[in-house]
Amino acid sequence: MKVEQISIFIENKSGRLAEVTTILGFAGVNIRALSLADTSDFGILRLIVNDCDKAITALKDKGFTVSKTEVVAVEVPDKPGGLASILHVLDKDSINVEYMYAFVERCGANAVIIFRFDETEKAIASLLGRGFNILEGEHLYGM
Amino acid sequence: MPNYFNEEFETLPRTALDALQLKRLKAVIERVYSNVPFYRASFDSFSITPDSIKSLEDLQKLPFTTKQDMRDSYPYALFAAPMDEIVRIHASSGTTGKPTVVGYTKQDIENWADLMARTLVTAGAHKGDIIHNAYGYGLFTGGLGVHNGAERLGASVIPISGGNTARQLMIMQDFGSTVLTCTPSYSLFMAEEARAEGVDFRKLKLRVGIFGAEPWSESMRQEIEEKLNLTALDIYGLSEIMGPGVAQECFEGKCGLHIWEDHFLPEIINPLTGESLPEGDKGELVITTLTKQGIPLIRYRTRDITSITYEPCVCGRTHARISRLSGRSDDMLIIRGVNVFPSQIESILVRIEGVEPHYLLIVDRKDNLDTLEIQVEVDERIFSDEIKVLQGLARRIEKEIKDMLGVTCSAKLVEPKTIQRSEGKAVRVIDKRKL
Repeated sequence: MKVEQISIFIENKSGRLAEVTTILGFAGVNIRALSLADTSDFGILRLIVNDCDKAITALKDKGFTVSKTEVVAVEVPDKPGGLASILHVLDKDSINVEYMYAFVERCGANAVIIFRFDETEKAIASLLGRGFNILEGEHLYGM
Repeated sequence: MPNYFNEEFETLPRTALDALQLKRLKAVIERVYSNVPFYRASFDSFSITPDSIKSLEDLQKLPFTTKQDMRDSYPYALFAAPMDEIVRIHASSGTTGKPTVVGYTKQDIENWADLMARTLVTAGAHKGDIIHNAYGYGLFTGGLGVHNGAERLGASVIPISGGNTARQLMIMQDFGSTVLTCTPSYSLFMAEEARAEGVDFRKLKLRVGIFGAEPWSESMRQEIEEKLNLTALDIYGLSEIMGPGVAQECFEGKCGLHIWEDHFLPEIINPLTGESLPEGDKGELVITTLTKQGIPLIRYRTRDITSITYEPCVCGRTHARISRLSGRSDDMLIIRGVNVFPSQIESILVRIEGVEPHYLLIVDRKDNLDTLEIQVEVDERIFSDEIKVLQGLARRIEKEIKDMLGVTCSAKLVEPKTIQRSEGKAVRVIDKRKL
């Protein structure tokens, strides 16, 4: 029910994103989804990739600080109000979203929302109870 | 015709000054040998007794006193007077968490006021002046030291302390300040603020500025004199020895700072070997206090680099002159007048859970104010994939440094291995200030 995501610490200076993606490219790692959170000094690059462990090893070898985090991927219909329907449920059940990002499936009528919750298990139970489809990690990695 | 505060002592002929120094040196050696276990043990280990001191040259037989010795004696173990005779306690930053503590007897405070009054007169101040004292009041000796001297002189002192520059400028205009005392960099900061607020220094009554507590240069003097329309003079002092008023540049000569030799015995040494250097050579200033009762120090290593001259001065004072300080023989940084050792910052970082001390201090001067940036490498132990956690860490570092050291800094989180390591010893400080 959970998806592995890697987070990379990068300084806010030119060329760092290019460096990370080049390292992953050489390692044969494919990026499935990404999001970048940044401040004036530094940023955190969050990635879902086809091979988490390979990506971590490659980046650590090059001196990057990397961590693995568990996130939840929820499928919603790709139409107006789709995301709102999930957020209402979370709000009603008082579940905090630390951060989230979204992407649209290559073929099909759905979007995928990646969530990081402070209480992951409770969030999963809440969403399943309301009939939302939570994607398995394998599904995303192999997409 | 120069003015003196105490003409007899300020113009004492060399032979008489030497005789006075020897008499006072013997007394202070006797005092510390009898009253301070640290000195007794240290002299004993060199097989020296007070009787061994027969000439001023004999001083060189004695071991040095260092800031580390003061730290080891925290807080009162170097005091040579019983606590019920100590009427004032000041402190300055030590090399790690604990400050360096100094205590003054009533007589010490009297002498300090006299010497500071002498210092003010040497800078051209007199009774009737309105002294705008922007040195910090508190544990730091700057504020109260200048204050007592100004009162002793009979001048009017405005105890404004540091900060709130707009208010400083208003008071300077309205109260008719004639003498300004603060750090040289703060005076330039004031000049910038004044320009922004439309205050014209040429219309103020300021005549003299007495600037110290941080290193500065001849070119900075020219800039200050031009922008603040006053005569800028250099003052020297350190809390371990007394506070402000140990040495002062004279208004007439404006060439070197007279060190008050009736109270302080200066030497210049090679900081690496400890051997005494001849007149004119650059080295570390070592001071023996001749009259202090609370905490007399024998051959205290100031770590300040200067040279000394005994040439006669146009002002008629016979006391030797030290040249403008040109640096330190240790890694102490002076940031906005506050003494900071890299080791202090390191010990604060280590205490903050998870932060390994791979850090770099970048000191710069922007708009005439010193800035301190602390770069800390983010490794797996402190990395979080939430922005707010990392930002919280940076803010916490800034707050701890401010609380412990009194210095405002900005903490910057950087990638691992960003900070250069050379030959196993990391470069810890980059000082970009051009003085």
